[in-house]
Amino acid sequence: MKYEIIVVGGGHAGCEAALACARKNHSTLLITGNINNIADMPCNPSIGGPAKGIVVREIDALGGEMGRNADKAALQVKMLNTKKGPAVQALRAQEDKIIYPQEMLKTLKNQSNLEIKEALVEDLIVKDKKIEGVILENNTKIFSSAVILTTGTYLKSKILVGSNKTSGGPHGERESNYLSEKLKKLGFNILRLKTGTPPRIDKNSIDYDKVSLESGDDMELTFSFDKNASYNYKKQIPCYLTYTNEKTHDIIRKHLKESSMYGGYVEGVGPRYCPSIEDKVVRFADKERHQLFLEPESSIEEDETYGKTIYIQGFSTSMPEYVQEEMVHSLKGLEKAKFIKYAYAIEYDAIDSKQLKKSLETKLVEGLYTAGQINGTSGYEEAAGQGLIAGINASLKLEKKEPLILKRNEAYIGVLIDDLVTKGVTDPYRLLTSRAEYRLLLRHDNADMRLREYGYQVGLINCEKYMKLKEKKQNIEKLYQILKEQRITPKKEINDYLEKKGSSPLKDGISLYDLLKRPEISIYDVKDFIELDYDDNVLEQVEINIRYEGYIEKANKDAEKMLNLESKKIPNDIDYNLIPNIASEARQKLNEIRPETLAQASRISGVNPADISILMIYLKKRGNYE
Amino acid sequence: MEDNIVAISTAIGVGAISIVRISGKDSISIINDLFVGCDLTKVASHTIHYGYIKENDKIIDEVLVTVMKSPKTFTTEDIVEVNCHGGIIATNKVLKSILNKGVRLAEAGEFTKRAFLNGRIDLTQAEAVMDLIESKTDSARNQAVNQLTGKISSYIESLRLKIKNLLATIEVNIDYPEYYDIEQITIEKVKKVCQELEVEINQMIDESKNGKIIKEGIKTVIVGRPNVGKSSILNNLIGEDKAIVTDIEGTTRDIIEGNIQIDGIALNIIDTAGIRKTTNKIEEIGVQKSLNLLKEADLILLVLNSSESLTENDYNLLKEVNKDKTIIVLNKNDLKPKLTEKEFDGYNVVSTNTLSIEGVNSLKSKIKEIFNLEKIKSSDRTSLTNIRQLSLAEQAKKTLQSAIKGVNNHLPIDMVAIDLKATFDLLGEIIGKTYSDEIINHLFENFCVGK
Repeated sequence: MKYEIIVVGGGHAGCEAALACARKNHSTLLITGNINNIADMPCNPSIGGPAKGIVVREIDALGGEMGRNADKAALQVKMLNTKKGPAVQALRAQEDKIIYPQEMLKTLKNQSNLEIKEALVEDLIVKDKKIEGVILENNTKIFSSAVILTTGTYLKSKILVGSNKTSGGPHGERESNYLSEKLKKLGFNILRLKTGTPPRIDKNSIDYDKVSLESGDDMELTFSFDKNASYNYKKQIPCYLTYTNEKTHDIIRKHLKESSMYGGYVEGVGPRYCPSIEDKVVRFADKERHQLFLEPESSIEEDETYGKTIYIQGFSTSMPEYVQEEMVHSLKGLEKAKFIKYAYAIEYDAIDSKQLKKSLETKLVEGLYTAGQINGTSGYEEAAGQGLIAGINASLKLEKKEPLILKRNEAYIGVLIDDLVTKGVTDPYRLLTSRAEYRLLLRHDNADMRLREYGYQVGLINCEKYMKLKEKKQNIEKLYQILKEQRITPKKEINDYLEKKGSSPLKDGISLYDLLKRPEISIYDVKDFIELDYDDNVLEQVEINIRYEGYIEKANKDAEKMLNLESKKIPNDIDYNLIPNIASEARQKLNEIRPETLAQASRISGVNPADISILMIYLKKRGNYE
Repeated sequence: MEDNIVAISTAIGVGAISIVRISGKDSISIINDLFVGCDLTKVASHTIHYGYIKENDKIIDEVLVTVMKSPKTFTTEDIVEVNCHGGIIATNKVLKSILNKGVRLAEAGEFTKRAFLNGRIDLTQAEAVMDLIESKTDSARNQAVNQLTGKISSYIESLRLKIKNLLATIEVNIDYPEYYDIEQITIEKVKKVCQELEVEINQMIDESKNGKIIKEGIKTVIVGRPNVGKSSILNNLIGEDKAIVTDIEGTTRDIIEGNIQIDGIALNIIDTAGIRKTTNKIEEIGVQKSLNLLKEADLILLVLNSSESLTENDYNLLKEVNKDKTIIVLNKNDLKPKLTEKEFDGYNVVSTNTLSIEGVNSLKSKIKEIFNLEKIKSSDRTSLTNIRQLSLAEQAKKTLQSAIKGVNNHLPIDMVAIDLKATFDLLGEIIGKTYSDEIINHLFENFCVGK
């Protein structure tokens, strides 16, 4: 058996990787342990959120699947941070945990060039530091030119509930016990990470009078730029909000030693950004309560796994089952809650992401790519973004083309991958808006403007969609011109209008362009002065770009500065041991990571500005650049 | 690894001792080769040893050698200091014998550069070393020492910490939008912190401008018609302090006629020949230059003869000078005055007589009053002492003001955060915590050899 590309793992990274390869006309095999768990959402029933939601938009802009699929399975959609500015707005959708995988599986099955196989991969075929295929548990060899590992939490996974430790994946599936050993032998550093998930309870056992309602936005919102929402925003399924209390905290403190984490049963490092409730209570001892969201997992009541469950967001724990019962029953509205699934922590192996190139190809084995939790990230969106890039780059390599590497000022996906390969991870990595230096450029609204062109170039965005983008860009230009040319004068009716909007009256004539710079005037107000027959997306782009022009320019300038450093390549053959006076920690980090550019070097933690100066002076002396 | 460098670290000239300093990993063994006395490779760090320096079995000088081992040294490398006793010729011989061992003569500022590059001192401290070497008065020296000990760095760090805390709250709000229990950032909170910061940065800038005066002195121009007593005022001021009138090349192209100290602050008096001949076309260029001098000056002493009425020339001068930095000196008040202080409302006026000590003293008190010299001297200074630092601080102030403006204009918090982040970075740049490639390249060229 021979394929061009093999993708190992059918999670969010694996689906994107496999689809990208197959869509780029490469014969692709997706190997998964259980076909029914493809695109499963083992943790929270939602997609998106700050930064993450923008990643989903980026995936869509590049021609990936997550956005479209999430739109098909949405239960409730909300635009977050609407009052905090355009740079940080993001969509978050509650997702149907049954429909989402179903729809994804449908897409995969309908995809030409793509085969799906149920099996466990236990070894890789590597010859002369080049990948040649995989070996299955039953010793079957399957050959390929590239392999993408998207094994998620399945490398040596162990489920922990209190002191109880069992081998296996989230649904009791079998884990891969040998693959990480093989990776270790190939020279990969293996990390042990941990993550956790809260209890699921029966939705009919909650006293809804005692909890407060959290509804979605009252409008149609989609991740995809191609608008194909299939949910009805008038029939969104609500979430609910409740809080922990002193009693809950007492229970947790009393049983702390029984939890897997505090009892010392866990070897892995848990995510700082998604702490367990034990952690929250210990670390923020003075807080009287913590918020908990009650989130439905599906609208399909008949389903055994997810049909009746409510996910208690914010309540992940590794306490033993009887303590979990006590904890949940101490919550307002959940006094009589019935457990459907207990909370658990899961430990798994990951590789050191510093051993990857920015293309997500491993530095050690040519043609081997990794994406998702195996690289130390957490989150469906982070996984999918990497999967897409790994799939694109594995294909491009087969096509003998340069890899697609997104820059930090182009995409959150670029920030994510650069962070991974430059800084590495110590705990599961979560994308945050504050990780992006130029988040004003990386907005929810302009992901298509930033990335569709790339999607088209690599062949994942078709001509029709690309023409639509071009048209949008032209319309934006046109509208710009119109607003610059059209002027209004201080007439009484205009000044009355402005006064009504809380804006100061005009003394002289002003272009609509300048008028739009006033914070209290929106593009829809401008529509009252002249007829603007443009799509809302065009109006939005123009409004944001005019209103925040100064800030956007500044961000662009800063980014240019960074790109300048980015253009200063560090030669491959550099010997950091020969450079005098670099601090020893910096020397060690530089040797380990071997950054490709000065900019990347400057982002390595432990490498200080002084080290960069020395490195620069050294490179200048060597004559690498003036 | 880096090579070994050497330089004479004390001022060249006649002195009781002079120090030759060598830094680098072989410095101890190299000096040991030249040293007659104990085995320096076996002595403890930070100890002093008596002996001789010899070359080709000939004793050059009787010395005390200080051995300091890495990393607790100025450059963090092994350092040996040779205290020479034989005057300049012997010192030069010692230096030469070390150079003969293959040690390289240090470039300007190289010791400090190493200290900076090895992480021993930060950027402001490195700059302070330079200031310390070049300081002309005690106040300037104190200021440089303050900076050397990192006072300015820790002050700026405290400002950055405030911004960081504010930003952290903003970021948490953004990344965890529905966690209502987290402290929600409000316009009032942002504004309050920003305004506090603005006051603090302003204070730092103001004090720094004083700092500039401390370091560079007050650039003083004396103007007036011929024969109104300019030179006697100059002589009297200088004579009072028994300072030596020298021709010192100033930091600018100006010729400083004299350098006077008032309470530890230097008054650099600048030649203004040319102003008086305003009608002469040939000297127009010279006049323009002098007018520029009036603009650049920190202090103008406009001397008038109080026994005569104002001439056209005097009126022209009065028009040219900036009131706030001008003292009108009504000279020759012992004669029957035709001009009185009343006529110069809004100006700083001093009546003096070049022959009386009282007159000179009242002029001095006026200067002290204008420049607030008492305050300058007493404060525990945290000031920025060079143009680079000052201009970064000014930029930081601007971005902070932009943040405040943004808040007032109800801009969304993500925009305000951009300005706050910029302020944070600019302050970081002052102390070298934020990377900027422009600084490093030009920084060390100004350093004096040796330190």
